[in-house]
Amino acid sequence: MKRFLERFYLAIIFLFLYAPIVTLIILSFNKSRTRAKWGGFSAKWYLALFDNQSIMEALSNTLFIALVSSLAATIIGTLTCIALSNMKAKARNLFLAVNNIPMLNADIVTGISLMLLFISFGMRFGRETILLAHITFNIPYVILNVMPRFRQLNPNTYEAALDLGASPVYAFFKITLPDIMPGVLAGFLMSFTMSLDDFVITHFTKGAGVDTLSTKIYAEVRKGIKPEMYALSTIIFVTVFVLLLIVNLAPAKERREQAKTKRFSRR
Amino acid sequence: MKNRQSRLLALPFAFWSALFILVPLVMIFYYGLTTKTGQFTLDNFTAITQLEHIKALGLAILLSAVSTAICLVLAYPLAMILSKLGANQSALIVLIFILPMWMNFLLRTLAWQTLLEKTGVINSILRFLHLPALNIINTPQAIILGMVYNFLPFMVLPIYNALIKLDKDVIHAARDLGANSVQTFIKVIFPLTLPGVISGITMVFIPALTTFVISNLLGGSKILLIGNVIEQEFTQTNNWHLGSGLSLILMLFIILNMVLSAVFDRNGEGGMMG
Repeated sequence: MKRFLERFYLAIIFLFLYAPIVTLIILSFNKSRTRAKWGGFSAKWYLALFDNQSIMEALSNTLFIALVSSLAATIIGTLTCIALSNMKAKARNLFLAVNNIPMLNADIVTGISLMLLFISFGMRFGRETILLAHITFNIPYVILNVMPRFRQLNPNTYEAALDLGASPVYAFFKITLPDIMPGVLAGFLMSFTMSLDDFVITHFTKGAGVDTLSTKIYAEVRKGIKPEMYALSTIIFVTVFVLLLIVNLAPAKERREQAKTKRFSRR
Repeated sequence: MKNRQSRLLALPFAFWSALFILVPLVMIFYYGLTTKTGQFTLDNFTAITQLEHIKALGLAILLSAVSTAICLVLAYPLAMILSKLGANQSALIVLIFILPMWMNFLLRTLAWQTLLEKTGVINSILRFLHLPALNIINTPQAIILGMVYNFLPFMVLPIYNALIKLDKDVIHAARDLGANSVQTFIKVIFPLTLPGVISGITMVFIPALTTFVISNLLGGSKILLIGNVIEQEFTQTNNWHLGSGLSLILMLFIILNMVLSAVFDRNGEGGMMG
């Protein structure tokens, strides 16, 4: 009975989290232009999507900003973690406290503070200002993912490499980097996701005429969302879902195999 | 890697965070505490006492507090169930909560319009079951629902991380010493996961308190929260000084929250990242 209740509760929460997503996927196949009524099944929005210049431009802006900002954040963040792991606790905690500010601060405050900064620098608002803002809020996600890896690191292997004549840079790439790689990848993926999903900070740091998918959707709210947007979101979501499924099922299988060999070897 | 040179690798970050984190915060203080002609004033700060502003702040506090409470009540049992599923599942569980973020946040929130409308999906189901209709679209309740929907993962993940790190022997010890399951929960499990709970509360309360998007999309743009007021000062009225002054009020709440989580979570145990 308890087991049933637990499963039931999980199902309800799952339904709550995914009902809007299912709704959006269904809407992307709606023949009628408004979301108010169901006009029959149609895949026409998926074709219309690729002819819609402005959506395609917003998509390319979004992907460009997400990719470049998460790459930049991954590099800066990982370098910072190397330095932090060599610092005394006091200095390290100071850095980590500053690093936490964009995480704990409200998006709206981060957004307007960057807007005021760019204005006082006399910068033109456009793709570059969005990019700078996204790098800023992405770095903390990288540092928070990479830093724990450094704590788990065995310092002896790195020092052994140095004793055996490796240069610090060579030893880093051969010894340290493989060990922290899962954290670096997780940080990269998380910041890519955050950049892709961001609206508020982009809203305050974008210029007129430059749109990401989020700001474009926000502008369309009053006059009604174009169905092509539902189609695009469905494509993105399903692609990521399938990719993550493959990535997550593969290691699970590997682990099972490993467990099997371990059992055999113990015999 | 105990050499001094490697510390220089923190320079890009030091430079970046000074320029894009610290200076911008100083800018808010500068704008918030000056007039358009650059004179010092507290007017933008004390403007919060004007009726429309204090109402927007009060409503924001009320709605975000209710949403945070609902998230906590929903998330704790959820995290307990999930933590029992086994350690090798944890990546998958995190994934289930991160995955929705790949569908645009605005679209996901807008989809609740379709679900909640008078002739929407939920009401059609309710009518089919001969149950009374649910008319909450464009009301504060709809905003609460939007907040809970968007921020629930931020409550689940820290609590889940705290629960899977819990030493099972401590629970067994409590049971061996005669505590029943309720006592074990109140005296052992809950206090040990408190850092996760506090972390979850801050991660839900602050974004809920400061949102202007959810109230805009689900509140029918008639319900103004403090976030909406500030956003309008920047994008419509163009009174950056007043907007900054009101943001300073929000920053008070954020700092309070930071202090609170620092006190309860000295070792950084209750984080999102496990």
